[in-house]
Amino acid sequence: MRYIEPHGHMVSRTTDDYQAMAMAGCAAICEPAFWAGFDRKSADGFYDYFCQLTQHEPKRAAKFGLPHYCWLCINPKESEDMALAQDVLSLIPQFINSPTVLGIGEIGLNKNTRNEMKVLEQHIELAVKYDQLILVHTPHLEDKRKGTRLIMQVLKSHAKVRPERVIIDHVEEHTIAEVLDAGFWAGITLYPESKATPTRAVDMLENYAAQRVWLNSACDWGVSDPVAVPKAVVEMRRRGHTAKAIDSLVYGNPVRFLSQSPNFKDPQALLS
Amino acid sequence: MSQPHPLTATAGRSKGQVADLHFMDARSKLLDLAAFLDRLERATGPEDHRVRGLRAALPLLLAAGDDRVAKILHLWSDPSSAPIEKADTKSASGVWPGIQ
Repeated sequence: MRYIEPHGHMVSRTTDDYQAMAMAGCAAICEPAFWAGFDRKSADGFYDYFCQLTQHEPKRAAKFGLPHYCWLCINPKESEDMALAQDVLSLIPQFINSPTVLGIGEIGLNKNTRNEMKVLEQHIELAVKYDQLILVHTPHLEDKRKGTRLIMQVLKSHAKVRPERVIIDHVEEHTIAEVLDAGFWAGITLYPESKATPTRAVDMLENYAAQRVWLNSACDWGVSDPVAVPKAVVEMRRRGHTAKAIDSLVYGNPVRFLSQSPNFKDPQALLS
Repeated sequence: MSQPHPLTATAGRSKGQVADLHFMDARSKLLDLAAFLDRLERATGPEDHRVRGLRAALPLLLAAGDDRVAKILHLWSDPSSAPIEKADTKSASGVWPGIQ
């Protein structure tokens, strides 16, 4: 089995996790910029974080034979502080040409505030200006449906945003259809308590196994599982899905979306 | 609308096969839910909006249809559509606080 982990916050994980993912068949990892679990006090903290994402973490992943890619942004959880957000946004261009950067993300909304919306719009402008892919975080729990709809309104209102170059992550049963109907890619996140379990995810895949869905663990510093995607694969096998269908979902789909960035290389091609 | 694209294995799956695969897991989770409600019964103080939301969702489990998860998630969602001025927290509770 082979799979891509398209959303993992590896700076928060141990080398044991890298080892487990490599042993489970992971072929590449993509790491969106994220909230650290606490608010950074200045743009300097983000400068260091972007250095970590673009320079240090790829070296750590390489020790386990894993290509590592990243996305850049200030996370919506820190977008309420507009002054900080402006400082961080101004930092991004100096990292955008790093060879492992895939795009702008994970941007989006957290509590659906006006300031979060403004910073989301600025991130989208940045992505358009630098012709970058976009990875969107949708809000948690009771805020998800409203936030997903607001985010899609902003994206659809921008004439230069192409939906096929945007993935809207953390969809659940009440948001997946709207995201796919609007032409975006959809990400299903596998979490032990919130978002989706492997069984629910496979249910969604059986109902909406469209060509524009990926699975991810979004493993981070909280309760999360870096080998959640392989566990969903086990669930698909239990239900009798073919190896070809599974490979298409957990390897083929991420490769198809991510290959829209010239920086992403199909791991299989790198091996041959 | 998005057209469902059932994977090959879905079409021929019987209710018995689904039960063979998932009944014990569902049984365990139902008993855990019952134990949670019993635990609440033995606790003191008023019930908060999260538990109100959970109780409001229970009838949906017995309703017909194959979209119970979506219906429950919609029930628990913030029904408003405009951005809020400012947030007083970064976190979400799991159920919209205004739920009755």
